[in-house]
Amino acid sequence: MTDILIKNLPILVVLCPLMMSLIVVLIPNIFLSWLLTFASTFVAFIFSILLYQEVQIHSTISYALGNWAPPLGIEYVIDKVSIFPIIIITLIGFLTTIFSSKMMPDEINETSISKVYSLWLLAIAGLIGLVTTGDAFNLFVFLEISSLASVALVAMGAQKDKQALVAAYNYLIIGAVGATLYVIGVGLLYGITGTLNMADLSERVVDLKNNKALIAGFGFMIVGIMVKAAVFPMHIWLPRAYAYAPSAVSVLLAATATKASLYILARILFSVFDIADNLIINTLSYIILPLSIIAMFAGTIMAVYEKDIKRLLAHSSVAQIGYITLAFAIGTKASVAAGFIHMFNHALIKGALFMAITSISFYIQKRVTLSNLSGLGRAMPITFFCFVICSLSLAGLPLTAGFISKLYLIKASISADGLWIAILILFSSALSVIYLWKMIEALWLQQPRKEIIIKENPTIYISLLIITFLNIYFGLDASFVVDSSTEAAEKLVGVSK
Amino acid sequence: MISFENLILITLLSPLLVCLLTPLLSSKPILRDILGPLGGIISSWGAIQLMASILNGEQPRLELLQIAEGISISFVVTPLGAIFGLVASVLWIFAAIYSVGYMRGNKEKNQTRFYIFYAMAVHAALCIAYAGDLLTLFIFYEVLTFSTYPLVTHKQNEMAQKAGRLYMSILVGTSVILLLPAIIWVWVVTGSLEMSQNGVLDGKMNPDYAPYLLAMFVFGIGKAALMPIHKWLPAAMVAPTPVSALLHAVAVVKAGVFTMLLILTNVFGIDFLSKTGASNWLVWLASFTLLTTSIIAIYKDDIKARLAYSTISQLSYITLGGALASSMATQGATLHIITHAAGKITLFFVAGAIYVGAKMSKISELNGHGKSMPLIFLAFFVGSLSIIGVPPMGGSWSKFFLMLGAAESGYITVIAVFCISTILNVYYLMEIPARAFFFKKEREVKIKIPILITIPTLITCFLTILLFFFIEPFENLTSIMVSKL
Repeated sequence: MTDILIKNLPILVVLCPLMMSLIVVLIPNIFLSWLLTFASTFVAFIFSILLYQEVQIHSTISYALGNWAPPLGIEYVIDKVSIFPIIIITLIGFLTTIFSSKMMPDEINETSISKVYSLWLLAIAGLIGLVTTGDAFNLFVFLEISSLASVALVAMGAQKDKQALVAAYNYLIIGAVGATLYVIGVGLLYGITGTLNMADLSERVVDLKNNKALIAGFGFMIVGIMVKAAVFPMHIWLPRAYAYAPSAVSVLLAATATKASLYILARILFSVFDIADNLIINTLSYIILPLSIIAMFAGTIMAVYEKDIKRLLAHSSVAQIGYITLAFAIGTKASVAAGFIHMFNHALIKGALFMAITSISFYIQKRVTLSNLSGLGRAMPITFFCFVICSLSLAGLPLTAGFISKLYLIKASISADGLWIAILILFSSALSVIYLWKMIEALWLQQPRKEIIIKENPTIYISLLIITFLNIYFGLDASFVVDSSTEAAEKLVGVSK
Repeated sequence: MISFENLILITLLSPLLVCLLTPLLSSKPILRDILGPLGGIISSWGAIQLMASILNGEQPRLELLQIAEGISISFVVTPLGAIFGLVASVLWIFAAIYSVGYMRGNKEKNQTRFYIFYAMAVHAALCIAYAGDLLTLFIFYEVLTFSTYPLVTHKQNEMAQKAGRLYMSILVGTSVILLLPAIIWVWVVTGSLEMSQNGVLDGKMNPDYAPYLLAMFVFGIGKAALMPIHKWLPAAMVAPTPVSALLHAVAVVKAGVFTMLLILTNVFGIDFLSKTGASNWLVWLASFTLLTTSIIAIYKDDIKARLAYSTISQLSYITLGGALASSMATQGATLHIITHAAGKITLFFVAGAIYVGAKMSKISELNGHGKSMPLIFLAFFVGSLSIIGVPPMGGSWSKFFLMLGAAESGYITVIAVFCISTILNVYYLMEIPARAFFFKKEREVKIKIPILITIPTLITCFLTILLFFFIEPFENLTSIMVSKL
């Protein structure tokens, strides 16, 4: 029995939320639909832990879907690289589901809640599938599943604020453009190589080094994925989508959505097109590196001038994605590892910050802007405490997870003779202190206009506390994150670089 | 016999314990207020034991936890660290007693919160003192900044908010943008975060880059308040006086110059510096800061502002001593950490006593009040003499060594700088007791100084005299520090 379970884990981790989403949609009861969602995300998380252990033993698990042997059939690959985002997605999915139990009924009509949970599971399943699949076209399918589900989820925010419809429409159109570009790229590559399997693809592109169609196909794929990953300047869908989505959806999207695409970006750059060296080096140093640096500053500066807190955090996400792509762009083993470390830590940090802000908006029943924050720190000490810790983590201060990311990122760039890059990274993270500090100051120093009494709700702050704890834990004992990121980077880039 | 690991733990954890217990006792003010001095006594006992062990030629160390491969939080007691740890923990006892008197006498709000972060800051300062590697040093350097923010903005009004912003932006900004990459640069060059008594860079770093690395450290350590990054210190004076006394005359700023000295001696190494001349520019920058801020101090009428500028100037003595890259000057700089701390905390205690007792904060208001608070002004007089460097006060030793050091490394101009600055010291410090004792009183003020304020002030004042006669153990420590391995 356990053998069969273990053998089929790579597909089960996707199927578990996917199938449950079909069941949940039929259940009218709010609590029951939440419970089933919770159960399936929890099981998916357990599966991902089991997979992690398997990967430690077997290094790479290949699963042939429907027993059709790859490269003809669809192959699911779980290795030391892909297990990392799977853990991020399932962990965050499970935590945000706990968090959503109070938030959803507050913002969504009773009749639509089970539909929302169905979409919720679909989005999670899409993201997990995106990461596990080893087939370039199947990847497109999952990309669309997760994006369309997310678009619908964002649109549900319209029950509270009509702006959500505009945000969802934007997200839909830009997302569709990205997906189309990606699929054109896949088509071109299929035309010249005759395969859709990524591992197979990486072997066949060796002979086609200077083929124009290869370069075009690569370009289409990369740009398509960069749209999905919200790499500057293709990020414009992101701030609105995060800002106007229902609370729990913002948390889920902010923590996971772009991470999966970033992982795909790394995989395409370093694993599929590994051989076409010049092409990759040029892309990295002339396109991704400058874009990442601009993203770091543009996102931060936008956040400094933003008054609406959810949008502010979304702008800050753009900058943080810049750090990750910057790490990829440096292209050494150490820097790619740093990128993966930050991917993990940023999911924890941004998830926590969005949780804190959306719980504040739940308590005060208003959109959270800077002026609304005045004096709330004293009224809700637990939420405030978590918010401060995670802000410090975002700013990269010691003893938090964010510090570990920054430390490795800086070390990688200095080792790669990029002292100037290191200084730029730190300069932008010092700028990020400005907007974080504005919020903390408002919460802590300003006097509220009238006395506010708030009773904090345990079902809301429990997941916030857990994720805040993780922020500190991974700042004190980072060996799991650092080791698995280093292994992932070794696998992607090769041991030598 | 307690093992060294436990000794380090006791010294470091007693302030942390105070910090954690204080909120539990917030409804019992008497018990809560005893915690601080009690923690100070325990932690000083530990610091004294650790210092004794260094004098016996041992090197206590403690590996606390490993964060990831090659990164850990570890503590090692070095001679320099032993001195700073002792200064911070002993003065904490008196500052804790003093703050009880001050906070009560001044009827401040949120006293529990104040004591929590006060103890937290002391904890961070002690962790800096015993930091075993560069990363631990950086971590607690930041913890110190953040734990003092609620203290600086204690009044929670607009002025406090503005000062808090300046405080945070300078200290966090410089440390994150410059100090952190400098530390990682050393990490990349030497392959580890460890420090060693004679420096780690010799033979590993291209000497051409050394001045740039040094500049990143010097301007990254904002707490050492070298010009042009000194502005945060006068701004931080909006805090209640016990904060200015312990933190902005002892713990925080001394953590800054301590870090500076540690970097100069244990990362660069005196020999490496004097061989390559990497720190020559720093000699001039420190001299410039030293003189300029002394002159600014003359024009400040607010007592605390004047003391703040005087502190900046005195901190430059220490940086200058390290930059001279001679063993004599380094010894002098280290001794100056102790003697200046004892002297300056006395002066701040007096400033706070005058504020609580007579609600005066301007020097021009002090005319003729010497007779109504003689002990307080006497303490100020003695503390000033120590800072000026007149025997028989402790301050004379450190100045003596610093001047010898300047001569040893051939900087005759620097000796002149020390002399001019001494004259300026006399000018701006002596004005205060002079006005109090010799000027005519302009108005009557009702004076009431709590006993819990007077006693610690007199004790620290007495310490400055004591240091003159019992400087020997400290001098031995400094000679261990500059000895070759």
